[in-house]
Formats: sequence, structure tokens, C-alpha cells
Amino acid sequence: MQRIGVFVCHCGSNIAATVDVKKVVEMARLEPGVVHAEDYQYMCSEVGQAKIAAAIHEKHLTGVVVCSCSPRMHEATFRKAAEKAGLNPYMVEIANIREHCSWIHKNIEEATEKAVILARAAIAKVNLNAPLKAGESRVTKRALVIGGGIAGIQTALDIADAGYEVDIVEKTPSIGGRMSQLDKTFPTLDCSACILTPKMVEASAHEKINIYTYSEVEKVTGFVGDFTVDIRKKARSVDMTKCTGCGVCQEKCPSKKAPSEFNRGLNNRSAIYTPFAQAIPNVPVIDREHCIKFKTGKCGLCEKVCQAGAIDYTQKDEIITEKYGAIVVATGFDTIKLDKYDEYAYSQSKDVITSLELERIMNAAGPTKGHLERLSDGKPPKNMVFIQCVGSRCSDNRGKSYCSKICCMYTAKHAMLIRDKYPDVNVTVFYIDVRTPGKNFDEFYRRAVEDYGVNYIKGQVGKVAPQPNGQLLVQGVDLIDNKQILMEADMVVLATAIEPDPSVRKIATMLTASIDTNNFLTEAHAKLRPVESPTAGVFLSGVCQGPKDIPETVAQAGAAAVKAIGLLAKDKLMTNPCTAKSDELLCNGCSQCANVCPYGAISYETKLINDHGIREERRVAVVNNALCQGCGACTVTCPSGAMDLQGFSNRQILAEVDAICR
Amino acid sequence: MSITANEEFRPKIVAFCCNWCSYAGADLAGSSRLTYPADVKIIRVPCSCRVNPMFILRAFEKGADGVIMCGCHPGDCHYSTGNYYARRRMALLFSMLDYIGVEHGRTRVEWVSAAEGVKFSQTMNEFVAKITSLGKNVRLEDLRCRK
Amino acid sequence: MQEIINRAKELLADGTVARVLGWRIGDLPYNPEPSYFETAEDLEKNFVYDGFCGANLSKYMIEGSKLEGKTLVFLKPCDTYSFNQLIKENRVDREKAYIIGVGCKGKLDVEKIKAQGIKGILSISGAEIEGDAETLTVNTLYGDKTVAYKDAMLERCHVCKGKEHMIFDEEIGESKDTKDADRFAEVEKIEAMKPEEKFAYFQKELSKCIRCNACRNVCPACSCRKCVFDSTKFDSAQKANADSFEEKMFHIIRAFHVAGRCTDCGECSRVCPQGIPLHLFNRKFIKDIDEFYGDYQAGADAESKGPLTSFTFGDVEPGVTGGRR
Repeated sequence: MQRIGVFVCHCGSNIAATVDVKKVVEMARLEPGVVHAEDYQYMCSEVGQAKIAAAIHEKHLTGVVVCSCSPRMHEATFRKAAEKAGLNPYMVEIANIREHCSWIHKNIEEATEKAVILARAAIAKVNLNAPLKAGESRVTKRALVIGGGIAGIQTALDIADAGYEVDIVEKTPSIGGRMSQLDKTFPTLDCSACILTPKMVEASAHEKINIYTYSEVEKVTGFVGDFTVDIRKKARSVDMTKCTGCGVCQEKCPSKKAPSEFNRGLNNRSAIYTPFAQAIPNVPVIDREHCIKFKTGKCGLCEKVCQAGAIDYTQKDEIITEKYGAIVVATGFDTIKLDKYDEYAYSQSKDVITSLELERIMNAAGPTKGHLERLSDGKPPKNMVFIQCVGSRCSDNRGKSYCSKICCMYTAKHAMLIRDKYPDVNVTVFYIDVRTPGKNFDEFYRRAVEDYGVNYIKGQVGKVAPQPNGQLLVQGVDLIDNKQILMEADMVVLATAIEPDPSVRKIATMLTASIDTNNFLTEAHAKLRPVESPTAGVFLSGVCQGPKDIPETVAQAGAAAVKAIGLLAKDKLMTNPCTAKSDELLCNGCSQCANVCPYGAISYETKLINDHGIREERRVAVVNNALCQGCGACTVTCPSGAMDLQGFSNRQILAEVDAICR
Repeated sequence: MSITANEEFRPKIVAFCCNWCSYAGADLAGSSRLTYPADVKIIRVPCSCRVNPMFILRAFEKGADGVIMCGCHPGDCHYSTGNYYARRRMALLFSMLDYIGVEHGRTRVEWVSAAEGVKFSQTMNEFVAKITSLGKNVRLEDLRCRK
Repeated sequence: MQEIINRAKELLADGTVARVLGWRIGDLPYNPEPSYFETAEDLEKNFVYDGFCGANLSKYMIEGSKLEGKTLVFLKPCDTYSFNQLIKENRVDREKAYIIGVGCKGKLDVEKIKAQGIKGILSISGAEIEGDAETLTVNTLYGDKTVAYKDAMLERCHVCKGKEHMIFDEEIGESKDTKDADRFAEVEKIEAMKPEEKFAYFQKELSKCIRCNACRNVCPACSCRKCVFDSTKFDSAQKANADSFEEKMFHIIRAFHVAGRCTDCGECSRVCPQGIPLHLFNRKFIKDIDEFYGDYQAGADAESKGPLTSFTFGDVEPGVTGGRR
């Protein structure tokens, strides 16, 4: 029989206001095994923890139940406290009487009754708890960063500077990401390439950083500290060791009709290409879909002109398998598709563009060499209209419910840059709200309005109609003056919502990292663990976790790096002891459990078994504790009940069911 | 436990919630103060695939009026595939329960993510309303009556 | 039958097999029982294979696999499904078995003969495996009676899975497909009932159960070394407690444990001394599996993953299936 202590937390008034804690204590005393029960203001405080420790010593407790907030909040706290007092930490169970009780019920009598039942279930469980001991697993001192944008580069640099090997896997031919596509950055208006390129160079030159571009993560197995990852290095058709980056092949390539991804399809590139001038590595790839040699077998011009002899049409995809201790996801974002927003005529007029396309138009290396002009006829615009929140803060299901966060600021930037360079262009911005929280952000926005004369109109645009004369008729509403607005524009710029890069879904599945309804990766805790995934050993960097501007991305990238370094600095990790365990005497050896195990943690051995005097060789299941993550799939598949989950055993859960249904 | 006319029927409802999504969703419902009836009592399991049909049968045998199992959305399982197995098991078990006279309405599977506090609360409100309308469960305790 | 005995004697004599697993003549004309034979004399004298040899010998090969040398086992077409399933679950050793697939023309149920008011049975002719008797002649204390063969068949033979052996080393004798009923008709009848009627129906049937465990012992899928109801792992074995979990839930849990593995061999219903239609639980699961996840016959092969240890991303939702009816 256990000797159980029950500790009921008031959580100030969070629990005590709706749950009669004294009554919970009184009722808990009546439960089998309970030898001690008390309540306290804040059980998680030093004093509260000391009360638990004292009771463990004085009452010789073998089990502890804390009736408090969610175990997801403080289970670890109380287990640590119990361990310090000499009790096995897995002899502690939490009854969640805050999130699942006091916070959602208003009637004191009902809430108290429920709290008593929840406490009773936890007591029933602890009665069947057994001490568990965490195992140890090793840590591979190498990190993988998925995505080579500014987030991935910064994370990699920080981890590498701490002395650990880092691999960056980037799916496009060059690192740099979205930031390399930007022209200027707010609120300082410094040139994006000027601040990004040195970082890219630093990463590529770093002796601890290894970059796989034009590569994708194919398969992930293992667990925190010991991941095994297959990386597919796509065939570049160019030998990276030979190429000098002279660029002659790109000039001579006769196939120049492939839309340039880097310029958002606004112009074309050759079939053999580097995405942009500062690309790292400065080694082109052959786009086999557009290459004449690959399509028809004829051509081969690039091979002829390449003095280094670097062209290799026979190259094949290569799979690299590497071990990592930590994985950082930095997959970034893309803008949403606008096919559900016909009213803005994006697909009908070349002069309706997204803000990211405007970045390319404004950029000296862009499709118009940096001249602001209409893509339809090349004429300079006189009137420009910016529409905010296209697909952001959307209440219907066409767009995203969230705020994309960066649009207000970059639109102010665009407006300001245009007014500065082309003072005769009228700039009008339609907005729902202008959101400028951030250092020097509101000042920046006010400069746009006050110093640069940008016309901000609070209101939404209902329709953009292309006119026969090439003009765009913008129908909007001014909510402050409460009037309809009709204006002609030469160009319309849509502040298109951003969403996580679509590739993240596949990666999240491989990592078993959870993802929210918008495909943003979920944090281990929204406030307290914002750069960690709930999946141990996986960290989040940049927009894959939520919309961010560059400084925030860089800050988070550094934070993710620190968390990864903290993991890599350890020689050994304690493993979760709540793993499956097979009873050899009951095991039929039927293999059904191995069929459902997602981790390949179950294997079979032929063992000499002594079953109450009957000695025979039997094929029995054996669980690898380092691989088992404790999901329990095997336990239900096992018909004989040989397979059980430590910490969540069949008997424990049945005891909880009984206690609740009593 | 006899129900008299003036005594309000309060159903006994057991909810199995996976630790990673649904239990966290229930926590979010709590921290967002989204109410649902106190009749629902949650049992935390690591994954929906840990829910053994025996647990559910035991709950019904011991007098539960409804049992709901919540897990991560298919595709989002923390253990990658657990909820797919759970989905098959529950589809078959609930169909069997219906077959022996425990109406389908008394059993439910709902996928609730950690971000779906609102969905958790709505689901529980709906489920309690449904069970209340169905009334007291035929007790599986009496499945084999002794003469 | 003599052909079978002769072949068994040959295999014993040339050392191919060390023993024969077959059916031994019982003390009554209709109750042969599974048995090992190790000598030609024993086979000649006591071996029988006729219409009353319904017993599925697959499960005996779990123990048979542990014995020295090979065992000759006779399997009817429907028994071979069970054998495959046991191979899949590593419960029998294919290498330890020499399988002769024997012909089957539908197996008989003496209860069905008795149900026609026939008492004092002395002998029955027409049940022999040779010939194609349409009627059985029952010699009783009160004179001869006749019963149509079809009317005396086991329930499972009316929904016969076919005359093909799924696994064998050699085949002896002809089989007949005796299917003349819809396999799921009974299940559908219950599905159409109101909840109270369903509960009342099963309460009536299950209340007859005396927990003799005959169903469990005969079931080739129920082959656990130790049944979960006999172990302390689940807190389900509370022998002293009259209204224990086990008592109420035994058949449902048993059906769930064999779901996706049950070949629908019908042995549970055949051996139940109380005549509980236990196959109705298994068949409900089979019907649901077919409907939800596509037709599946356990034991059709010895390799594929079962429906409960596999999944597809687009499987039906448990809630949706509820709306099906």
C-alpha cells in the first residue's frame, strides 16, 4: 500500500475562488492510501515545494498528488521537488483542477465536486504508480538547419560560432531566402543585399558550416540528440568542385524562356542559371525542364563553352545520410496565392502586383533595372494605390485570419521610397489599421505621412477594374469621411498575406513536430518556450513559427541557436522513462506491436523462457528504450496485455476510469 | 442513483485526451475561460492510440453515460501515426457498441489541436447536451443479467 | 476416407511426418474429436473423416509446432484461413507442418438434427465423405428418420467461404461450395433494431453464458499464451467478484481482440454449449471492416498487415460511420 500525500493549491484565487479547497483536502483524506492532505496558497512557490518535501520526510510518503494547474505547466516542477526530497519523481501525479476545473466552472459546488473527483482519480493512479528511472542517450554534436534564409543563416552562424558543426539544407540553388529578394529594409532603409550578403559569405566561409543547396530533407528518424537524416542533393548538372562561376554558360544558353523564380516570374532566365548575382554558392544549376539538351538531346552549348569542364549532364540525385543532435526548422514563408481575390484584378492586369513583386521592380538587379514602371507598357506611373491586408485579418475563409505583421511597415517604406525618388507620383494607401509596434516604427510611418505626403485612407477597396485605356479604376471607401471613393491608378500594389512555405508540412510530418491550422509550427509553450517545438530536439527559427520582420527573425534565430547549443553541449540526455515494456511471459510473439510502432523500437528475440517451470524457447518482443517515445500504440494492439506503458499502465488508466465513474 | 422527476439528470462523461494536442486544447479552453459542464472529466493519455477499448467498455460498465476520445488531427499526431490507428479502433468499437444497444451518440471522437480551445469547449458543450438528451445509459453492467 | 488413411500411413512410414493430427472416432456417432495418431494401426482403427468433423485443427498446430519432427495435419478449405493467420502471427511453424487439404461438402451440426425432434440416435448414414448424399438417414431407438443434409449443416457452411484451400502440400478429395445464405443477413437484422431491442437481444443471449471458455479455447485467433482475462495486467481478472468487468465484457473484448484476425471459421458458435450465436460479434466487425476499409479476409494470405495494424490517411471518421445508418 502506498502512503500518499495530497497537496491542494489555491493558486491565489485562481483555484480557491471557485473550488472549496478545504473540502477537497477533507475528501482526499478519505481516499485509500492517503496519509496526508493539506492546502496552500501557491504550491509551486518555494514555500509550497518545501511543504511537499517536509511531508515526504515526516510522513514517509511513497506517493504525491498535487491538485493544481495543468501538468503541462508544473508537473516537472513538482517532480523535481519530490526528487530533491528523496522520492522517485514518477511517484508524483497532478490533478488538473485549474485549467480543467476552476477556470471553466462558475458554480462553486459543481467545481468542488469535480475537483474532488479529479483528485480521487489522481490518487487512484498514484496507488498503482511504480518508481521509474530515466535512461540515458548520447548526443551527436552536430546540428541541422533546414532553410537557408536569414533565419537559417543566423542560427547556423551562432551554433557554429559556439564550436559545433552545422549543416544548412536549402532547397533552392542559393542561400539567401526571401531577404535576398528585398530591395531596402525598414525602418532604416539600408539595402537588403548590403547587409545580407556579408552574412551569406560568412556562413559559406565558416569552417564549421557546411551548406547543401538545391537539396531537400528526405527522411528523418531517431530522436532528440540522435537524429538520422537523409538529405537529397538534387542533381545540379554542374560539378561544384570545377565550376569557377564565370557565368559564360548562362550568357550562351539559348533557352531563355524559364520564368525567373527570384524575380517572381516578372522576367525570364536561362535554363542554366544562378538565381541572382550574389548567389552562394556561385555555381549555376541546369533546370532540366527547360534545358534543350535534356528535352531533345541536342544543344550541349554550355558544355562546349565551359572552360572548366564543369558541366555534367549525367549527374544524379545523391542521398546523404548524416546524424544530428539538434534540428532547427527555418523554412520561412511565401505570399499566398491570390486566385480567391478576383476583385483586385491581379490575374487580369499586369499593373496589379504584389508588394514582393514591387520589391523586385524597385531593385536595381530586378526586371526593370530598378526603374519604377508599369509592366504592361513600360510607362512610369503617375498614381499608385496600395491596398493593405490582402488576405490578412480575413474573416472569411478566402485568406488568413492572422495579421501578416510586416505589411504596414513595408508599405510605408515603399510609399516613402517612391515619393522620394519620384516626387511627382501620387501614392494612396488603403488600410484597415496601421500597425507600427516596434522600435522607430511609428516614427517611420509618420515620416511617410507627414514628410513625404503619402495619402493614407482608412478603408477597404472593393474592386479594381482595368479600363480600356489601360488605367485601373479603384473603388474604395473612406471610413473616416464615410464616403465612396473612385480613383484611377496606373499601378496597384497588393500587400499580400504571407503564409508558411508549403514545404513545411512535409518537414513537420517527418519531424513529428506539431503544426497549427495555418501551417505555422507550434511552440512548446506560446510564451515561455517560443523557439522550441514540442518535439524534443527540434527548434524553430523565423517565420515558420509565425509572421516576423527581419530583426525579430534574427533575434529568434539566435534564440533557437542558443537552445540548440544548450542541447549539443550536453554529453548525455536523460530519456523519458514512460516507455513500453513487454512481459515476456505473456508475449505471444505475434509481431502485431512491431507493425504499429512508428519508431521501429520493437524487435523480436528468441529467448529461453521459464514460464512457471515450463522452460522453452520463445519468440518475444523487446522494446528499445532509447527509441520508444511512449505513444502506447503497441499496448492496445497486444491482445494478451503483454505490452504495457510505464507511467500510463492499463491498470493505472482503468483505476482512473473507475475513480471517475464511481 | 435513481433519477426522480425533479432531480436534474447529470450525465457522467469520460474524456480521453492525448497529451500533445487535445489535453493542451483543454488547457487552452481553461486559460481562455471557455466554459463547459463539469460533467466532463478528462483522463490524460500520451496519445489517442493509447486508448484501449477496454478503458471505454470499463467506463460504460461502471456507469458512464458517454465517452469521448480526443486526439491530434489526422496528420498532426505527435507520434506521427498514432491517431490513425486510434481512428480505426474507435470506428470499429463504437460501431460495435451501437450494435449492442449503446447508441452512437454516446461515443464520439473529435480531433482537437493545442490551438483549438474554442473547439474543445464547443465539442464538450455539444457532447454534454447530446448525452443529456439521450438520458441515462443502458448500463453495460447489466449486459449479462443474473437470473 | 480410406484414401486419406492410406496416404497418412505412407507419410508416417517413409518418415516424412512423425505423427498425424486428425479426427478420432468418438463415443457417439456424431462426436469425433481432434487427436494425434502415431501408428498405422491406430489410424486404421480409430481415424475418421466425415460430415461431423467440423473441428478446425489449425490451432492444435501451435503445440504441434513445438514437437520433434513434422506433423501431418488435415485442413478443410475454411481451416486453411486460420492456419495462414497463425503463420502470419508466428504462432505455428510452416516447416513443422505437412498439410493435406481435405475435401469438404459441408459439416453437420447434431443440434440441428436434434432440433427436428429426433432423439435416441444410434447411427447416422449419409455423413460419409464419399458419395453425395442429399439426405441423412438417422437410425434411432425409435426407428429410422431422414433429414435433408442441408438442414443439418452448421451455420457457417451456409455462408461457405469456398472450396479452395489457401495453403496445402497436397489435396485429397473434392469439395463443394455449400453457400446458400447471405453472410451478413443476421448482422443486418440486428443493426436494423432499435437500441433497446439490440440491448435486450444481446442481454438475453449473453445471459446464457456460463463462462466455460469453450469459445476461447477453440478459437484459432484466441491463441494467447495467457488470456488477458486470466492475467493481473488489466485488473480484469476478478474471479471472486460476481459482477466483475470480465463477466460483462468478455465476449465484446474477445471479439475486439480477434477483430481483423478472425477468419469467421465459426468454431465459437459451434462449440458453445449454450448455443449463443457468438459469431454475430465477429461477423459485425468483419462487416464493418469490409465496409470501412475495403473487403478483407483474414488468413487469405500469410503476409499482409491486418486492418487494425494498418491505416490510410483518408479512413472514415468514427463519427461519420455513425451517420451511416
